[in-house]
Amino acid sequence: MNKTVNQKAWFFVLPVVILVAFNALIPLMTVVNYSVQETFGDNTFFWSGVRWFEQILQSDRFWASLGRQLFFTFTILAIEVPLGVAIALTMPKKGPWVSVCLVLMALPLLIPWNVVGAMWNIFALPDIGLLGKLLNSIGFDYNYTRQTGDAWFTLILMDVWHWTSLVVLLAYAGLVSIPDAYYQAALIDGASKWKIFRFIQLPKMKRVLTIAILLRFMDSFNIYTEPVVLTGGGPGNSTTLLSIDLVKIALGQFDLGPAAAMSLIYFLIILLTSWIFYTLMMRNEEQ
Amino acid sequence: MAKITLNDLRHSYMPNPQNPADYALKRLDLEWKDGGAYALLGPSGCGKTTLLNIISGLLIPSHGKVLFGEQDVTRLPTDARNIAQVFQFPVVYDTMSVYDNLAFPLRNRGVPEAQVDKRVRTIAEMTDLTGMLKQRASGLTADGKQKISLGRGLVRENVNAIMFDEPLTVIDPHLKWLLRSKLKELHQKLGTTMIYVTHDQTEALTFADQVVVMKDGEVVQSGTPIELFEKPQHTFVGHFIGSPGMNIIPCKVSGGEVHVGARKIEVSNASKLGDRNGTFELGVRPEFTSFAAAGLAVRVAKVTDTGRNKIVDTRLGDLSIKLLVDNGAAIPSDGAHLAFDTARTQVYDNGWLAE
Repeated sequence: MNKTVNQKAWFFVLPVVILVAFNALIPLMTVVNYSVQETFGDNTFFWSGVRWFEQILQSDRFWASLGRQLFFTFTILAIEVPLGVAIALTMPKKGPWVSVCLVLMALPLLIPWNVVGAMWNIFALPDIGLLGKLLNSIGFDYNYTRQTGDAWFTLILMDVWHWTSLVVLLAYAGLVSIPDAYYQAALIDGASKWKIFRFIQLPKMKRVLTIAILLRFMDSFNIYTEPVVLTGGGPGNSTTLLSIDLVKIALGQFDLGPAAAMSLIYFLIILLTSWIFYTLMMRNEEQ
Repeated sequence: MAKITLNDLRHSYMPNPQNPADYALKRLDLEWKDGGAYALLGPSGCGKTTLLNIISGLLIPSHGKVLFGEQDVTRLPTDARNIAQVFQFPVVYDTMSVYDNLAFPLRNRGVPEAQVDKRVRTIAEMTDLTGMLKQRASGLTADGKQKISLGRGLVRENVNAIMFDEPLTVIDPHLKWLLRSKLKELHQKLGTTMIYVTHDQTEALTFADQVVVMKDGEVVQSGTPIELFEKPQHTFVGHFIGSPGMNIIPCKVSGGEVHVGARKIEVSNASKLGDRNGTFELGVRPEFTSFAAAGLAVRVAKVTDTGRNKIVDTRLGDLSIKLLVDNGAAIPSDGAHLAFDTARTQVYDNGWLAE
């Protein structure tokens, strides 16, 4: 049989190639381009090698932002994942309440991010906000615009409120996919509630939880809108996360080179962490 | 270990059952001896699994009682009933090794580790899992996983009963045969009451001393395999059990005489017929039907060779009547006549054996 060679098929993938090129490849390569050059405006560029990378990696400011970023990400993961699983476990598996719960859970996810920031900004104001006023009236000296601890508390609370439902929905999807026979077998085998969780529910939720953790890790590592609207990175620099710092360098100071270098480092950190995490989880799966 | 009594048991999955059709189980009264091997046989959806789940306590019946010995356990939770159950599809604890899977029911009940080890090794030997004890359960084939499920069902000693809910569905035919004979052997060795649910008559008849045939939530007949074969209480049993099933031929009854068309047929239960008004059918198995010089005139439609013998499909009008003949026997090509073994030919009134 003769094999027909027809290169026209390439045209079918062209739309996708163009789309990906314009929304990912070209912007990314532009950033790579900026990161190794210096410009003084006028659209003239000079080669600068790895100078920006060295500058970023040696600056205390970068490491401080990264530290705050890591603290933020791991704190919200440590709260949202167990809390999400716990809420998913208490949700009804069938009946009319299922849809009510699902809608309630989906609500925070539907709110635009800047609105979430604005809501919490007002909600937590110590003089007129419900939360701020309430905390002060029961004796806490609470002011998120002035005290670092309070700013962090509000920031984390906001993220937990906004994103725990994502973990809940994913964990719930994992839970309802467990066939009844597993629970029946566990009853017959005399397993306690904890053992049912440990040996049936948790292993069956593992895949969706992996996805939940990856999504929350990447999203929270990239978080910008909500903290900017809530605290603007303050008081001082105390809640300036990586992305906020990046925007300050790129758009506030217009240091395109260092900002581009920082973006790439930032990108590599997320890529590397996600890859390590995913590989570890999947290797565990195969054993 | 105890006798199991089901007393006026009924169950509906609806909150307010109105008519009999709302019940998945309709009025069951059964008594199972301690140490017996029982099979629940019936087509899918006849209520077998519902009944099993009621006995194991996974379901609470809408009506009636379940007794273990003299104790009423109807409302007792599963773990208080001391019962083992194996499900249709394999249930394994993915993260545990095969060994830990088998040990799980024992460890949950606080059995000392030395005894657990002894028991697990015995059961692994029986279910052919010895070589895989250290492997992780999730890596096994469907066969292997179902063997683990079986093993977990068998691992506890002194249970009131072990129940099997179509446990061999996912196992391949060769192994099916092997495991079934193994279960039978185990039953003889352990003497534990075993209840085996299946829709496969071969499985039921080879495993059980007593087979309960169910249809639409009701028990149609409970008896030994021989009884079910020779004296089906209902045309359903006759047809469901046996391969091919019993021939069911519409007939007329008047004055204690049975006629199919114009021909009079002698039957074993003629004296019980009396003055009945109903829909009558003649039931006779292919094994007890033969060709004769004179008798019911039929024409031969098809002959199937099964290797051991031949199934001859004859037609009386549109009705198919099958008979089983020896390989060497001559099959008339034209103008065939059938004779029935009188002692094994019965009349059914509205489906039920006229008694």
